[in-house]
Amino acid sequence: MERPVKLEKLASQCGEWLRGSGPESDIVISSRIRLARNLADFPFIRKCNDQDRESIERVLRERIESVGAWSGASYFDVSELDTVDRQFLVERQLISRELAETEGARGVLIDSNEKFSLMINEEDHLRIQVMHSGLALEEAWAQVNQIDDEIEEGVTYAFHPQLGYLTACPTNVGTGLRVSVMLHLPALVITRQIEKVFNSLQKISLAVRGLYGEGSQAMGDFYQISNQITLGRSEKDLIDQVGEVVPVLIDYERKARDFLKKESEKDLHDRVSRAYGILCTAQTISSEETMHLLSSVRMGVNLGLIEDLEIPTINKLFIHTQPAHLQKLRGIELETADRNIERAHYLKRHLHRSEDDDQLESN
Amino acid sequence: MKCQHCEKPATFHITELADSGEPQEFHLCEDHARLYLNQTQEEDQQLAGGFGGVMANQLKVGQTAEELARLDQQVCPVCGISFYEFRHSGRLGCPYDYVCFSDEIEPLVVNIHGETQHTGKRPKHGVKDIQRQTDVIRLRREMKEAVDQEDYELASKLRDDIRRIESEDKSA
Repeated sequence: MERPVKLEKLASQCGEWLRGSGPESDIVISSRIRLARNLADFPFIRKCNDQDRESIERVLRERIESVGAWSGASYFDVSELDTVDRQFLVERQLISRELAETEGARGVLIDSNEKFSLMINEEDHLRIQVMHSGLALEEAWAQVNQIDDEIEEGVTYAFHPQLGYLTACPTNVGTGLRVSVMLHLPALVITRQIEKVFNSLQKISLAVRGLYGEGSQAMGDFYQISNQITLGRSEKDLIDQVGEVVPVLIDYERKARDFLKKESEKDLHDRVSRAYGILCTAQTISSEETMHLLSSVRMGVNLGLIEDLEIPTINKLFIHTQPAHLQKLRGIELETADRNIERAHYLKRHLHRSEDDDQLESN
Repeated sequence: MKCQHCEKPATFHITELADSGEPQEFHLCEDHARLYLNQTQEEDQQLAGGFGGVMANQLKVGQTAEELARLDQQVCPVCGISFYEFRHSGRLGCPYDYVCFSDEIEPLVVNIHGETQHTGKRPKHGVKDIQRQTDVIRLRREMKEAVDQEDYELASKLRDDIRRIESEDKSA
């Protein structure tokens, strides 16, 4: 099989969600909205045979490709991709782990600047996802809503007048909408306030997840806040609810950072500098440790404790040091131990030359 | 069946469905069921002040063994999924399940969302009733079964029915 050249190109970029710009981007990493849709005339995935899955993929792919609105987007047959490529797309948040790990006909359309991806034959027949850097829920909704309308013109979605859009799991029925905002909350973790924050979010039916969604650890102090309820409220209400809570969380995190800086600046400076030191000098380092240390360094840069580094550089390192990314960038498959050595080399190279951003692009 | 925690017969069968992960089953006597339900409620209250959050993630189905056995055997006429299979996987088999299992699904939906009436966006065209929408799913399944049983006459009749519906949909 010919290797998908376009994936190699993606690897050298940072991706929309870690672009590090957009409103409140020192704390808000990205805003994401997805819609779950199913074709009315096919079973849900669990009861599909191979032929059904192939038909669904064909129908949706033809429909998607007949909509001209997304020039530059590329379609990938996920069943043809190897394990590293699939993991690579998961690391970039362009496909879910479910789509990567499941069997049978499935695919994804990926926007050239990674602002949207359309997954076919995931848990539902179609998952439309839009992702913007920083806090930009309204823009994300406008785009996802438009994509949904355009696709819907040529297919019939499973829809019930009372229950709304019908989904494979009743947890998504109604709007089929999941809105999530990814936040970087290191100071709330250090000051041990994070649990308290989560408890109060759960009171208002908002879920908190780690970096890679359901069941994943909160690596690098990244947390996703999202709605649990999908039925009985309009899309706008659901988005507003998350949108209103985010500024409160930003405020808590800023206060915790100020507190740390005021009450224990030496300790904080020491912590941040040590993290930077290890990242610059380690000979072998795991992905988890890298995320953990980069999280401290990222906060250090935001607080002005580290001056020779920029946020986009750190964001790039977060993504480029993930296992599949390292392998894509090196162009070879690596076992865990070799990856840890390669990761340490990669960090050393790029942290020493962080002022030269082009270097990062070309490596 | 005995209670998981004592020798008494299990009269409560509780399935915890979660957004992620495998559903968990509990078979308990009345006393232990009460204990279990109170305990989860307390946990929920601690975590979520008694509403939403964890609570919203859990769908409780408490029935007697006989009722549950009867429910489990119900099968959707369109996709062929049994209620048992849904309970165990947490995933439905087709859009029509929302209709044919409506008595069971509605309490679950209320538990998760606190509402049963959609108020958001609607498709701009082509909303047919669910029965009509899912006819073709049933026919395709019946056609496959006819082929498996080498009843080619029935299979070709079903194929014609499917084509007719599909062409009606296209011209609509």
